[in-house]
Amino acid sequence: MLIKETDYGTPASVSKELVTLTIDGSEVTVPAGTSIMRAAMEAGTEIPKLCASDMLESFGSCRMCLVEIEGRNGTPASCTTPVSPGLVVKTQTQRVKDIRRGVMELYISDHPLDCLTCAANGDCELQDMAGAVGLRDVRYGYDGANHVFDTQANLPNTNFLSKDTSNPYFTYDPSKCIVCNRCVRACEEVQGTFALTITGRGFDSRVSAGMSESFLASECVSCGACVQACPTATLSENSLIETGQPEHSKVTTCAYCGVGCAFKAEMRGEEVVRMVPYKDGKANRGHSCVKGRFAYGYATHKERILKPMVRESINDPWRETTWDEAIGRVASEFKRIQNQYGKGSVGGITSSRCTNEDVFLVQKLIRQGFGVNNVDTCARVCHSPTGYGLKTTFGESAGTQDFDSVEHSDVILVIGANPTDGHPVFGSRMKKRLRQGARLIVVDPRRIDLVKSPHVSADYHLALKPGTNVAIMTSMAHVILSEGLENTDFIKSRCDVAAFEEWRAFVMRDRNSPEAMEAYTGVPADEVRAAARLFATGGNGAIYYGLGVTEHSQGSTTVMALANLAMATGNIGRPGVGVNPLRGQNNVQGSCDMGSFPHELPGYRHISDVATRTLFEADWNCTLNPEPGLRIPNMLDAAVEGSFRALYIQGEDILQSDPDTHHVASGLAAMECVVIQDLFLNETANYAHVFLPGSTFLEKDGTFTNAERRIQPVRKVMSPINGYGDWEITQLIAREVGLDWNYQTPIEIMDEIARLTPTFTGVTYDKLERLGSIQWPCNEEHPEGFPVMHVENFTRGLGLFMMTDYIPTDERTGPRFPLILTTGRILSQYNVGAQTRRTDNVVWHEEDRLEIHPHDAEQRGVNDGDWVTVRSRSGETALRALLTDRVAPGVVYTTFHHPMTQANVVTTDHSDWATNCPEYKVTAVQVSPSNGPTDYQEEYSDFAEKSRRIVAVDAAE
Amino acid sequence: MSMNKKLVDMINQIARNTAIQGDERAIAATADHVRKFWDPRMRAGLMAHLADGGAGLDDIARAASMKLAASNAPEVHNAD
Ligand code: SF4
Ligand code: SF4
Ligand code: SF4
Ligand code: FES
Repeated sequence: MLIKETDYGTPASVSKELVTLTIDGSEVTVPAGTSIMRAAMEAGTEIPKLCASDMLESFGSCRMCLVEIEGRNGTPASCTTPVSPGLVVKTQTQRVKDIRRGVMELYISDHPLDCLTCAANGDCELQDMAGAVGLRDVRYGYDGANHVFDTQANLPNTNFLSKDTSNPYFTYDPSKCIVCNRCVRACEEVQGTFALTITGRGFDSRVSAGMSESFLASECVSCGACVQACPTATLSENSLIETGQPEHSKVTTCAYCGVGCAFKAEMRGEEVVRMVPYKDGKANRGHSCVKGRFAYGYATHKERILKPMVRESINDPWRETTWDEAIGRVASEFKRIQNQYGKGSVGGITSSRCTNEDVFLVQKLIRQGFGVNNVDTCARVCHSPTGYGLKTTFGESAGTQDFDSVEHSDVILVIGANPTDGHPVFGSRMKKRLRQGARLIVVDPRRIDLVKSPHVSADYHLALKPGTNVAIMTSMAHVILSEGLENTDFIKSRCDVAAFEEWRAFVMRDRNSPEAMEAYTGVPADEVRAAARLFATGGNGAIYYGLGVTEHSQGSTTVMALANLAMATGNIGRPGVGVNPLRGQNNVQGSCDMGSFPHELPGYRHISDVATRTLFEADWNCTLNPEPGLRIPNMLDAAVEGSFRALYIQGEDILQSDPDTHHVASGLAAMECVVIQDLFLNETANYAHVFLPGSTFLEKDGTFTNAERRIQPVRKVMSPINGYGDWEITQLIAREVGLDWNYQTPIEIMDEIARLTPTFTGVTYDKLERLGSIQWPCNEEHPEGFPVMHVENFTRGLGLFMMTDYIPTDERTGPRFPLILTTGRILSQYNVGAQTRRTDNVVWHEEDRLEIHPHDAEQRGVNDGDWVTVRSRSGETALRALLTDRVAPGVVYTTFHHPMTQANVVTTDHSDWATNCPEYKVTAVQVSPSNGPTDYQEEYSDFAEKSRRIVAVDAAE
Repeated sequence: MSMNKKLVDMINQIARNTAIQGDERAIAATADHVRKFWDPRMRAGLMAHLADGGAGLDDIARAASMKLAASNAPEVHNAD
């Protein structure tokens, strides 16, 4: 069955006041401000419409939705006419019938009649409306002016525009356009990019991307909102054009970023026809970005590995084999290595891209099966400071709000995050609020898009020097306290007052004033003062932050500084405020919740806690090791030093994603058994001995937890072409090492999670089915979840102010390395790019480039597009330069989506003091002109190619 | 040796970031942090380095290491 959300025609009204009217003889009660169209739909009557959709503000251009109202003249449009008390509305009268039919006739007279061969056949609102108004014939021929035929009377038809197929994922066929303006409004209102306009007037009006450019050449970011909004086939997904209309669909969750957009996977059999954002998805409200909507082709990419493989040494080619042999090898090697080198010589890494259920099993296998706590997750390298910082100050390792909260914010502080690229759908929702008038403070070394984009501009952009977040946040607090702008009531009633007093004395020191800190941050003191005043006095203040906060040597300290700022201004515990991490990967929150850290059992309980351990020991029938295990960087250190020898990596590519590549490589090379479970032969697999082909999110059931703590279902829509879901593979290993695991479905795994984790007690698949999603904590106190945290009390009781002393990183610039390199990501690519590089998204980002300020470039004789080497204390790599003043002089910037770039050869092993989260965001470098890739890059790509050789299974074996 | 140097750098960094709380609390916080987040072999490495004179340890880090050594020599059952 195909899931179809109801389209009410116009957005819901938020008014509390109720209005009663009569529609077609029945009384209807709706909130004031509701349109007549919506009121009718809520009562079950669908008024014909073409230009209206409840994703968009009403427009009133098509004249299909006319109604008659007793005592009023004419035939008002029901989409633009609000209800008022006592109205008596008739939706179907001879008069409106005639008008609608006449309008329809005009539309159809300038529309091709090729319905049978049209991609939208069966899903076209124009078709539906022709049916709804009883259109039976069209009196006008096609001989007159039209947009349908390329020639007319044997002459070229100047009104005809040919198809635009420049975008790899959708086609624009202007001959089918009815100029309803829905696409233009979707691009403005939903996406906020303003790439589309209607050019011309009347008969000449046409939809146009940019300044009459192709879609690809325009500002379009390929989010697909316009395609979804289009009532006709004018804008259609290419996959739909190629495959035909879907016949059933399932709601599932995007596997790319931490926004966690809900999608309908629209299917024909086991083939995905298209992914359509689900309107009832509470994270995305019917919107998506180019990755989730379009970039799923990697699931069937020819390079995907479908058979298990083994090899004796990393210099051998891979040999395809059976699951039995591969699983047997993992079990026997791990046992051998533990016997030979000690229990603690093995460990595992869980994936933030896998489901909660997948992750839970990996950490269980390591703890229960191997008796160690050497389990970590790639969240280590991105958001571990969030857990530490928020747990310390608030008592819970998670963001405080839901995404809807931003609709109530008055001042938004964005620090170290680039929402329009990294978290695009949330970025769109934030921009919508900014267009409504919320104020914006951006703290970032680089001029990110939010600072200046159509109809949005930041009130303050504090372009600080990389590595000085703590300095700037503490000095903002200094301004607030010294000018008496703090929220004393909140502090007194909600926070630990003694800690506050100590913090106040610390913050008030002269050295924490913006004037004193200017020397470090490079930001003029009066700008910091003005921004601090705005944040403290501008109404609901919300803080959003990303990896630009966490990936520093003082990442945890910055998170605590943000928490201090929110508490001092009373911006906690209601919609519109809060401290909100924007998580990188789709299930970073979930993988942390599921006990992926070596010192914690699921639910963030320390491994030394006897009561918690006893609970798990009873359930798992084993004895748990009470000592914290190794974190990823420690595992690599221990490998080099000799005490760590085997690693099971679920869906991560640490060689490419972790800093100081040479160090990671030597750690991996020192191990005797590296097991990779992934979709592709990733870079880390170059050092692996066993490869277990993993499954995609389309091929298994489970749940992801997004950045708002929202647990959402992932639903299997096709059989795993590799044979097993990821949880099943882990179970195979567990059984092989002698554990008595018998999970038939992920439902049983979730039941176990709920049984053992206080914040998940009330979570079941049935409830997820019923509610769609659940924000944890979900337990007796909050049976349906909890959108905004710390409402009456902090989880820890009283909020704890922490002194946040600014300590400059050890990574300093100097004569040899005068520039600071900082790293980030772009919209169309995801993380190390393993998936997105295997889709058409490459048209937007063929290579990683080094952004450098023209001034720095000129000093070095570097022109735009030149090859340059970037050298740090750790290593050097080469890539091409991009001259831009988005970065300040002294700062260079790159992404790390392509393996050839080897950006992490350059990054160092400095890390956050509390969590060892690597300091990706600050590396002192020198940049100089070069002729092309470095020797290392060339050697590496040879090596990578060699280690990807595969020998097929011999049928006789 | 490099492993020890790394451990020394790590504990010194923790010590520097807790120093603002005053010596006594900083020492306790640093020791507690190491106890909570370091695998036994890392703590054992630190203890061995301390026994060797603890070259490179800052004051707070050294005091915290001594506190750890005194509280109970951490069992080394992970690396045996
Ligand atoms: S795909 Fe998105 S950005 Fe591009 S034109 Fe359509 S709505 Fe605008
Ligand atoms: S392209 Fe589609 S949505 Fe846009 S104006 Fe034409 S028919 Fe309407
Ligand atoms: S990548 Fe993120 S923003 Fe884009 S569709 Fe997926 S979850 Fe939504
Ligand atoms: S739907 Fe009301 S005017 Fe188009």
